[in-house]
Amino acid sequence: MLLKLEPRGETSRAMVYLTPLLAIFLTLIMGAVLFALLGHDPLEAMHAFFIVPVSSAYGLGELGVKATPLVLCAIGLAIGFRANVWNIGAEGQLTLGAIFGGGLALWFYDSDSVLLLPAMALAGALGGLAWAAIPAFLKLRFNANEILTSLMLTYVATLLLSLLVHGPYRDPDGFNFPESRLFEDSALLPVMIEGTRLHLGAAVAVFVVLAAWLILSRSFIGFQIKVIGLTPAAAGYAGFRHSNLVWLTLLTGGALAGLAGLFEVAGPIGQITPVISPGYGFTAIIVAFVGRLHPIGILGAGLLIALSYLGGETVQIQMGLPQAVTGVFQGLLLFFLLACDVLIRYRIRWTLGTPKETRRTAA
Amino acid sequence: MIQGVFKTLGAAALGMAVTLGAASAEPTKVGFVYVGPIGDHGWTYRHDKGRLAIEEAFGDKVETSYVESVPEGADAERVIRQLASTGHDLIFTTSFGYMNPTVKVAKQFPNVKFEHATGYKRSDNVSTYAARFYEGRVIAGILAGRMTKSNVIGYIGSFPIPEVVRGINAFTLSMRKINPDAEVKVVWVNSWYDPGKEGDAAKALIDQGADIIVQHTDSPAPMQVAQERGVFAVGQASDMTQFGPKAHLTSIIDDWNGYYVERTKAVMDGTWSSGDTWGGLNTGMLRMATYNEAIPAEVVEEAEAARKAIEAGSLHPFAGPVLDQDGKEMVAAGAVAEDGMLLSMDWYVQGVQGKLPK
Repeated sequence: MLLKLEPRGETSRAMVYLTPLLAIFLTLIMGAVLFALLGHDPLEAMHAFFIVPVSSAYGLGELGVKATPLVLCAIGLAIGFRANVWNIGAEGQLTLGAIFGGGLALWFYDSDSVLLLPAMALAGALGGLAWAAIPAFLKLRFNANEILTSLMLTYVATLLLSLLVHGPYRDPDGFNFPESRLFEDSALLPVMIEGTRLHLGAAVAVFVVLAAWLILSRSFIGFQIKVIGLTPAAAGYAGFRHSNLVWLTLLTGGALAGLAGLFEVAGPIGQITPVISPGYGFTAIIVAFVGRLHPIGILGAGLLIALSYLGGETVQIQMGLPQAVTGVFQGLLLFFLLACDVLIRYRIRWTLGTPKETRRTAA
Repeated sequence: MIQGVFKTLGAAALGMAVTLGAASAEPTKVGFVYVGPIGDHGWTYRHDKGRLAIEEAFGDKVETSYVESVPEGADAERVIRQLASTGHDLIFTTSFGYMNPTVKVAKQFPNVKFEHATGYKRSDNVSTYAARFYEGRVIAGILAGRMTKSNVIGYIGSFPIPEVVRGINAFTLSMRKINPDAEVKVVWVNSWYDPGKEGDAAKALIDQGADIIVQHTDSPAPMQVAQERGVFAVGQASDMTQFGPKAHLTSIIDDWNGYYVERTKAVMDGTWSSGDTWGGLNTGMLRMATYNEAIPAEVVEEAEAARKAIEAGSLHPFAGPVLDQDGKEMVAAGAVAEDGMLLSMDWYVQGVQGKLPK
């Protein structure tokens, strides 16, 4: 008996959107089995993982706080991915956003101008944009692979941040510890719901999701991105400028990641620290794909991945389970999603005996 | 991969064992926030030993919980708050990067006691504590000064913060007192726990001629590399003998058990008050692991004599004259460095190669 994967003629459109839900469902079942095997009541564990973290206003706020950078980065990445532009360096662009925008907060430390925050947001977006411009330039001028250049620039960005918080950004009263001063209120994002940490950045993220949806589905630019992603040759015949789209998608992705970085330092962190993001830029790649590169899907995926982090913390505190549970859940989700994808595109055939090719080589 | 799965299951089993402990009416709840995994065999591992010591000391009168691998950023505040809002009476936040989140949450929960490791911000319900790790570096410096043949010591640093710089300087001063030709090469890995990077740093340093590796990072990877390459190494935070039995000169062991038990007791008795503790070899917060058998007896004696002298207070790691790299006198002859200077140290002593990243 042999397993054989045969391509299906047409992939079901409904299934493409249903698979994430199916994958979530399978993850939940596997998760419950796993908890049961570990000797915990699966219902209690699932409750602690998925319900407890969001059963209070504060918890819901935290979900928004955690999802905001993921969604912002993922939207930017997805726009590029749709056009076959593989920006892997959102983490670095995020860091530059924090460096630029946060730097402004330190520069105008004494200012209580209402313009400070908008200026910081602009500077943050510009920082990310500038960092993404480097791989765009290298790709178009030297045909350098943007996967490599954007990824490598992430490490440069991290070191640049380190250099700054050990030097010019360092808190003058901080005993030489590598941290900036705490931002003044004028440089902090307003909290939207009293008693939570849900900041204005979350609202901006939702706005970005809707705007991206509109642009991708309704505008000529969105159409160009789609065509170039599906069949680059056709886009060429249609006279779409490939280089324009590379610039556009990378710069947009960079700006959104930069904004995410600024929102982190001006939001929940409130200062510049040597480590700003626990890998949001990389997790956003997963979020983008789980969300099917669709803005609304990304919003859902961002919330789901955010919830998996919060749930991981809760089961640690409540049930003494290790942090690895978070990773296991995220891994299961990806595994089932990819597995479902394979089964949508291919059907499994059981064949008797060995296929011809194998027999020939064997003989 | 398979190994990873087993590790996960093993860790899960351990987590289960931990939760089974408590079942009394009103146990005191103690929470811990860790920067690394409890299996790092370094920093976090030792803090978790301290947590287990609390459980052992008070049995079902306490209940402990922990959250591991909490990033030092936006997440820390949520985790600390979650512990505070779920009935924990005492919370230990065990990394420098948790300082501001700890202080922030502490303001909102005035009835919960907080203990922050290695920071400097305190309030009515926030204490700080740390160990004088640099005292152990003095012992390591003596061993290195006597045992090196190439006179090149490789030093793996995490972040160039005062705590780490202080360790490098204490080590170098002590080593050069007995071996003025020996020099220290420093590699920064910008992480507290990254076995891959730490191992690579050890390899690079050995390739540059280092025959002794000292680390101020938390994984045993440098010790393993030293063992493979046939050089000596000094372990960090916990006894790392098992990761390099031949390489292991000694380890500087953090021992939080006593402090954690004492502070928990204080909360139970209602006598807890905010303060700052900076414990050295004399408090037991810091210990030396067993010395390698390859070290000649007289060198062991010399190291032990120094340890006793530090405990007795007759030897200070930063006794003047101490000169910085440019030859400027930082501590005058006959004086010793004040704690304030130690806490904000951002300069290298002579004998350390390269410039301190600023």
